[in-house]
Amino acid sequence: MKILVCISHVPDTTSKINFTDGDTKFDTAGVNFVINPNDEFGLTRAMWFKEKQGASVHVINVGGPETEPTLRKALAIGADEAIRINTPATDGYSVAKQLANVVKEGGYDLVIGGRESIDYNGGMVPGMLAKLIDANFVNTCISLEVNGTDATAIREIDGGKETISTTLPLVVGGQKGLVEESDLRIPNMRGIMQARSKPLHVKEAIDANAETNTVVFEKPAPKGAVKLVDNVDDLINLLHNEAKVI
Amino acid sequence: MSVLVYTESENGSFKKIALEVVSYAKAIADSMGTSVTAVSVNGGNASELGAYGADKVLEVSNDKLNNFNAEAYADVLAQAAKAENAQVVVLSQSANAKFMAPLVAVNLEAGYVPNVVGIPESTSPFKVKHSVFTNKAFSVTEISTAIKVVGLGKNAFGLKESNGGAAAESFSPTLSEDDFSTKVVSVDKATDKVTIADAEIVVSAGRGLKGPENWGMIEEMAEILGAATACSKPVSDMGWRPHGEHVGQTGKPVASNLYIAIGISGAIQHLAGINSSKVKVVINTDPEAPFFKAADYGIVGDAFEIVPQLNEKLKAFKAQNA
Repeated sequence: MKILVCISHVPDTTSKINFTDGDTKFDTAGVNFVINPNDEFGLTRAMWFKEKQGASVHVINVGGPETEPTLRKALAIGADEAIRINTPATDGYSVAKQLANVVKEGGYDLVIGGRESIDYNGGMVPGMLAKLIDANFVNTCISLEVNGTDATAIREIDGGKETISTTLPLVVGGQKGLVEESDLRIPNMRGIMQARSKPLHVKEAIDANAETNTVVFEKPAPKGAVKLVDNVDDLINLLHNEAKVI
Repeated sequence: MSVLVYTESENGSFKKIALEVVSYAKAIADSMGTSVTAVSVNGGNASELGAYGADKVLEVSNDKLNNFNAEAYADVLAQAAKAENAQVVVLSQSANAKFMAPLVAVNLEAGYVPNVVGIPESTSPFKVKHSVFTNKAFSVTEISTAIKVVGLGKNAFGLKESNGGAAAESFSPTLSEDDFSTKVVSVDKATDKVTIADAEIVVSAGRGLKGPENWGMIEEMAEILGAATACSKPVSDMGWRPHGEHVGQTGKPVASNLYIAIGISGAIQHLAGINSSKVKVVINTDPEAPFFKAADYGIVGDAFEIVPQLNEKLKAFKAQNA
């Protein structure tokens, strides 16, 4: 089984969000970039398929050279090869088109992406990719088993979960549950050393225009101070008469 | 020309988010001088949508669509969009809508913007504001394709009554075997509990509760308020509560009217996930807990003293205001 894991290069969850160039660009100054957490759950599940079922695991990112340390980290965790499509990731649709081109050429059976990236929260790349390559698709995937060309997935739904049976080729939008938090791997020194000599292919991008473009970023309005009360009667009174939410 | 809107039902009646997306579609249609067509799959009574501005309701009735199937539902919506010559397609941000929206977008070669927080700033060019960086910022984004797909965040627009005709029309999409190559084998859903996605009120607790055995008072408060229960990330990581309850940046987002956080310090990742809730209440022993800076109302104190008192008073309040 050939697996491709899509790796989004995102600011870590503690990052302060600021913008530059007249609020049109994300300010990367002082920001630490990581593998998108939803993708990391998928990568770790892919490692399980590699170790238990002999799958090969490639990782891919659409972005400039600055994303390579993130791909190297995925190699250090255990992916066999990495691909970087050399173009800025401008919107979900154009990223999906870039990925579709590589997936078709590479003959991948299973593509694992994240439910959403924690930066732009688009949640669209895996679904768009699946549609573009005519593969099956399961979103918010919290469990995945593959047997031959049959796949069984569990998907989180609002208020519960459902079990889905489908076939390869398959694209999943993964999240926590594919593996547990405690299963995530911190690269060890050996993995880091090996990652340096693993292939990282840089591919030129195909023509795919962004269909959605940020005009300007805005920050939320500052919040007023909290109203502290010292008894529950006052709280109920405020929630009922002032906030009108109970 | 029209604004097409996907309306979700449960047990034969429309969900509140369906009425909200129709209200929103009506506002867009008014600004574009066009009408609203709703698509309903095995859904409720069309007149329910008319009350929020739907001019026409395409009713799809098909036993094969009894279980949600993203591929098939996306096909239905895309075919309806083509039949209605839709310029804008509106969906909610339910788990199902988020699942199908990217498929609809590719089918229509349409740009898609999710997590939309208000009516478009302009419709030509089409610019709409949506949350990014898990509610830490917004982006005003222009969609340049002929058809636009937008996903409206829950509670971002609210319900607006308006008189549409809601002329019901039966709609029979062409579905193929390929539409059903992913099959739902079983559904495991608690039917007696309010979901975080649907809840008006969410009661959430964290490590301050010291152990899973102390969640009885949280569940009691949720029951009194008709609320959903939720928890912080460490609580779900330690297995005190199911993953489905984890709210925050890597968990579920919460956009309820009222969010009550008990014994949660308010890590930046947690606050991001609950930011779009309208009113936030925090109960915590530590007055320096970061959550107090993000909350609207707070009580500094021990949850084990305050929550039981609050439950008693809420019961009395509910009895009086029932």
